[in-house]
Amino acid sequence: MTDSKYFTTTKKGEIFELKAELNSDKKEKKKEAVKKVIASMTVGKDVSALFPDVVNCMQTDNLELKKLVYLYLMNYAKSQPDMAIMAVNTFVKDCEDLNPLIRALAVRTMGCIRVDKITEYLCEPLRKCLKDEDPYVRKTAAVCVAKLHDINAQLVEDQGFLDTLKDLISDSNPMVVANAVAALSEIAESHPNSNLLDLNPQTINKLLTALNECTEWGQIFILDCLANYTPRDDRESQSICERVTPRLSHANSAVVLSAVKVLMKFMEMLPKDLDYYGTLLKKLAPPLVTLLSAEPELQYVALRNINLIVQRRPEILKHEMKVFFVKYNDPIYVKLEKLDIMIRLASQANIAQVLAELKEYATEVDVDFVRKAVRAIGRCAIKVEQSAERCVSTLLDLIQTKVNYVVQEAIVVIKDIFRKYPNKYESVIATLCEHLESLDEPEARAAMIWIVGEYAERIDNADELLESFLEGFHDESTQVQLQLLTAIVKLFLKKPTETQELVQQVLSLATQDSDNPDLRDRGYIYWRLLSTDPVAAKEVVLAEKPLISEETDLIEPTLLEELICHIGTLASVYHKPPSAFVEGSRGVQHKRLAGSAGSGESVESPDTGSAAGVSEAPPAVIPSQGDLLGDLLNLDLTPPTATGPPPAAAPGMQLGAMDLLGGGLDSLLGGDIGGSPAMGAGFGAPPAAMPASFNAPVSGGLDDLFDLGGGVGMTMGSYTPPKTVWLPAMKAKGLEISGVFVRRSGVIQMEMTLSNKAMSVMSDFAIQFNRNSFGLAPAGPLQILTPLSPNQTIEAALPLSTVGPVMKMEPLNNLQVAVKNNIDVFYFSCQYPISMLFLEDGKMERQVFLATWKDIPNENESQFQIKDCHLNSDAASNKLQGSNIFTIAKRTVEGQDMLYQSMKLTNGIWVLAELRVQAGNPNYTISLKCRAPEVSQCVFQNYEAVLKN
Amino acid sequence: MIHSLFLINASGDIFLEKHWKSVVSRSVCDYFFEAQERASEPENVPPVIPTPHHYLISVLRHRIYFVAVIQSEVPPLFVIEFLHRVVDTFQDYFGVCTEAAIKDNVVVVYELLEEMLDNGFPLATESNILKELIKPPTILRTMVNTITGSTNVGEQLPTGQLSVVPWRRTGVKYTNNEAYFDVVEEIDAIIDKSGSTITAEIQGVIDACVKLTGMPDLTLSFMNPRLLDDVSFHPCVRFKRWEAERILSFIPPDGNFRLLSYHVSSQNLVAIPVYVKHNITFREGSSQGRFDLTLGPKQTMGKSVEAVLVSSQLPRGVLNANLNPSQGTYTFDPVTKMLTWDVGKINPQKLPSLKGSMSLQAGASKPDENPTINIQLKIQQMAISGLKVNRLDMYGEKYKPFKGIKYMTKAGKFQVRT
Repeated sequence: MTDSKYFTTTKKGEIFELKAELNSDKKEKKKEAVKKVIASMTVGKDVSALFPDVVNCMQTDNLELKKLVYLYLMNYAKSQPDMAIMAVNTFVKDCEDLNPLIRALAVRTMGCIRVDKITEYLCEPLRKCLKDEDPYVRKTAAVCVAKLHDINAQLVEDQGFLDTLKDLISDSNPMVVANAVAALSEIAESHPNSNLLDLNPQTINKLLTALNECTEWGQIFILDCLANYTPRDDRESQSICERVTPRLSHANSAVVLSAVKVLMKFMEMLPKDLDYYGTLLKKLAPPLVTLLSAEPELQYVALRNINLIVQRRPEILKHEMKVFFVKYNDPIYVKLEKLDIMIRLASQANIAQVLAELKEYATEVDVDFVRKAVRAIGRCAIKVEQSAERCVSTLLDLIQTKVNYVVQEAIVVIKDIFRKYPNKYESVIATLCEHLESLDEPEARAAMIWIVGEYAERIDNADELLESFLEGFHDESTQVQLQLLTAIVKLFLKKPTETQELVQQVLSLATQDSDNPDLRDRGYIYWRLLSTDPVAAKEVVLAEKPLISEETDLIEPTLLEELICHIGTLASVYHKPPSAFVEGSRGVQHKRLAGSAGSGESVESPDTGSAAGVSEAPPAVIPSQGDLLGDLLNLDLTPPTATGPPPAAAPGMQLGAMDLLGGGLDSLLGGDIGGSPAMGAGFGAPPAAMPASFNAPVSGGLDDLFDLGGGVGMTMGSYTPPKTVWLPAMKAKGLEISGVFVRRSGVIQMEMTLSNKAMSVMSDFAIQFNRNSFGLAPAGPLQILTPLSPNQTIEAALPLSTVGPVMKMEPLNNLQVAVKNNIDVFYFSCQYPISMLFLEDGKMERQVFLATWKDIPNENESQFQIKDCHLNSDAASNKLQGSNIFTIAKRTVEGQDMLYQSMKLTNGIWVLAELRVQAGNPNYTISLKCRAPEVSQCVFQNYEAVLKN
Repeated sequence: MIHSLFLINASGDIFLEKHWKSVVSRSVCDYFFEAQERASEPENVPPVIPTPHHYLISVLRHRIYFVAVIQSEVPPLFVIEFLHRVVDTFQDYFGVCTEAAIKDNVVVVYELLEEMLDNGFPLATESNILKELIKPPTILRTMVNTITGSTNVGEQLPTGQLSVVPWRRTGVKYTNNEAYFDVVEEIDAIIDKSGSTITAEIQGVIDACVKLTGMPDLTLSFMNPRLLDDVSFHPCVRFKRWEAERILSFIPPDGNFRLLSYHVSSQNLVAIPVYVKHNITFREGSSQGRFDLTLGPKQTMGKSVEAVLVSSQLPRGVLNANLNPSQGTYTFDPVTKMLTWDVGKINPQKLPSLKGSMSLQAGASKPDENPTINIQLKIQQMAISGLKVNRLDMYGEKYKPFKGIKYMTKAGKFQVRT
């Protein structure tokens, strides 16, 4: 007796028969009928016509029958909303049942009925169930809130269910906590900006406690939620890591991977020299290796994630190369991923093993895999220089097998090897040429043609070889045609005497007989070059090519950082940011790894809400006018030499340029702004409006333009403050700038570290400031003479003058900077410590001090408290002197030291200070007097920063 | 979360569907079928397939594809783990997990799926709890149900779900109290042409069958726990105790369960139980190839190697094989080119061999690829890593249970390249 009997009644009046049975008086017959209905439903038959009859069976004491009817209801209520109302009463009654199993079942089922009319009735029972005494009911109700939210989000908010759900995070039962987290996470996905999962150290602690006790699935939800938290400091980070590490030994691979995500993310915050950091690195390897012994589907997901992990932290798995060796019966998707990781882990230490394996793979049956293996050999050669020779000989061995696709792949990669190590392996060209005829794939043909053209002078019959390709020119793919055109032109330039005819032929084929505009254009350019200036042609066509870079398919560092935060998710499988493909996430939140303690805290956004890292408050947001402004700046910035000598020499130029940003903006913008020629004119002729706008208070419009919002929270000037990140790479196409302002022997310098985190070379750097409160301006061009290659970092010091145009900023010490490179113009704002502006001759005569102090009206005096400062007055005085704050007199009254100090700003403003230090009291009081009281706040901040460092 | 589930058989029919949220049309599976067509072998269908509005995450077990449909960002491993759990549950309930078994028990299947997920969130996946909620079908129970009208569905609250030990039900009673542990190790290895080990690792598990009354608290200690540096535990194991003392301390689930799995990595020295001498050659221009294979025991600590099965995928050009086994039987499938040799037990005094010739297609060129030899074997009473249990103690209950420990070594993916 099996359930298959329920399928056997496929006769004419099936529905009719069932209807009769459902209405039968006999309990048993009724139940059998419901079972038949369910069986039909599962295989996709439409039994919705029986709706009223099935619902009639609902009021029963038989739990199984009740469940079956519930199953039916969930499936068909949507199509019969009016009828579904009939069931409401029973649901409400069941929610009050004595048996918690029934209460939970009712609230669970009700949430699955996606009918608006029913959801209204659901609210009251749900509210009760969320506060039910039985945790089983509470945890079921928590999920129900998520269901309801999916049907009617507004209702859930209005009814205050979200708050109840948040309260459940503090529930005593770990399962309830886990389900509340799961429900909130799901709801949060459709509300990206809401602070649903407001994580603070208390909630984190509760989650970590629940983590140990809840089911494996609950652990996944909690770990994924933890990964969104940003710890306050490395101590907290370490303590969370310690409590998460045991999860690495869980049997459920999803738990393991979620734990890996949390650890990978929080590890960023730990100082690298910490012992614990090393321990953690060691602990990460075994669980990752273990994932590879699971079922192939799990292996696949694990491998995609390991691919990210080895790019970020290759040290974790550097000794585990062997587990990535391919078994011949692995599914192809596992084989290909393993191969990729093998290349990433390849190093001088293990290259011999890797090559032996790759050679083995190249003789396998699976064509896709063999091809990738051959390519991998080439990638090894490019990655590990010492192995290049062996790789080339391995490739030659493989070419000898004469297996068509192996030969073709080998030729494609050998071309790359030539580009990485020119003039080293050209001896193999002869062997390659033997296989010319067998090449039938465009990529291989193009590669071979490139080789022949590039090394034409060493191949005796290069002209014959190329000519043989030329016969079927029009049948070739574009790739091959373009390559052939270039190769023949190269050949001509190298051996002009005997190949004139050939070049004529290819030029006419490309320009006259081809419909492809790319080919035609290239043909015309060559033609014209050759006919007007063969020397120039030689310089263009035979120019020295840059070497290709080490690893070709690395993920961009900024994307990689984001993906590391999404380990274990679909994003990590596709290696795309979640925003790129997941439907329903209406807002995009970019997650970033937190910088380690050393490299600056400023990357973190102040909002520690559901998103970690930078979300909404970028340091420099350029409004829509930005493009236009960019053009303007661009013009001024282009060649570093064109910005002219220091302002003293050509103040007119400098001012004129700045004026483009300032008051004169409107007058200049009159006409066409897009084209740079128009700008050239504006630049060349200092506008008449210039003098008027000089020193004029700047219109509000510009403020709007440059409304840089809450700038970056930075630690202010100390003697040698650490560099802070001014421009994160995310905002500037891979250019990251961190920097600091220093004053050294009277010269203000902006010391910057520029890092290239993109994949391409950056060059043509230039910098410009917006007008600012104290007229800071670059005193010379930005001296970055060499291009910045990927992953390279360069230090640059920019001397500043204070004779630039002035505009009051908010805050006063805010500086808006534009940096240009060959890619784009980027904007950021930073704040300089005001002590940069304190002059060395800021020591006032005592008499003058007294007179001035009296002279400045009392309204201009402001008082501040400096808390928790443990210096005595002499130490403080010495420290301050380093920042050009000079102590003129000291008086001791009733155990309180009074220091009278003065400083002079670059624009001639004097600031007078009275600092009161009481022995044993860590709180100082400072009174500042100045004719321009606006600066007081800044000066105070500076005191604080100097004294506390 | 998990939106829907489709079960698809080898011939591409959807024979069961289940939706936990709104209904997703079957047509979504068309994307799966496309991927299936592209894949050369059934197991080569990629586990994650994107479609315009959904993602399909699938596993292949027992020739059935379990295809989960998801709509939002869900950890794929979470889905895959869950699907494996579904398969295990079916197997547990019906003995086998086949299309026929699922169709025969479709109502139970539906009830199970309903209990396992709620709105896409896993609800009850522990077999103990499920069995309390829905009783597994037995012939007797089906008959009794038919006569008395009682049902498969349990009437009580699944108490285990809320206790501190959710994996164990309360009120367990046995007349014979027994606890058996099987230490089973599988050795995965790649051996190269010359017989040297390229990589070898051991996947071990300790499976338990515990039938003990009440709430027993067990501890299991090892002679050499240092071998276990990469372990995954059943949730019942107290992790702190393991960290501190290297002792497994746990309240066991009732019945069969996997206590832990471990991995002895390729960096340790792994003993290789057998060696293979082989000579498989094809000569250019000849339509004959030579096949010569001899097996022998290597590091087996004196235990005999049993149930040896050798298989190899011969090159496509091979038409037939005419071989002579010194023991056991061999078969060659001329369609799939699969050669299998059922060797049986290896006698160290008289090593088994398989010798003979292969005929190639006339005029065909020498095959490019070298066949890989796959070996399966069993060694009783030995764990090849050397792992040994020291003692098993029980606390919390008064009776004296019967205890037993068994060791076994098997070959997992044991491959010899030629």
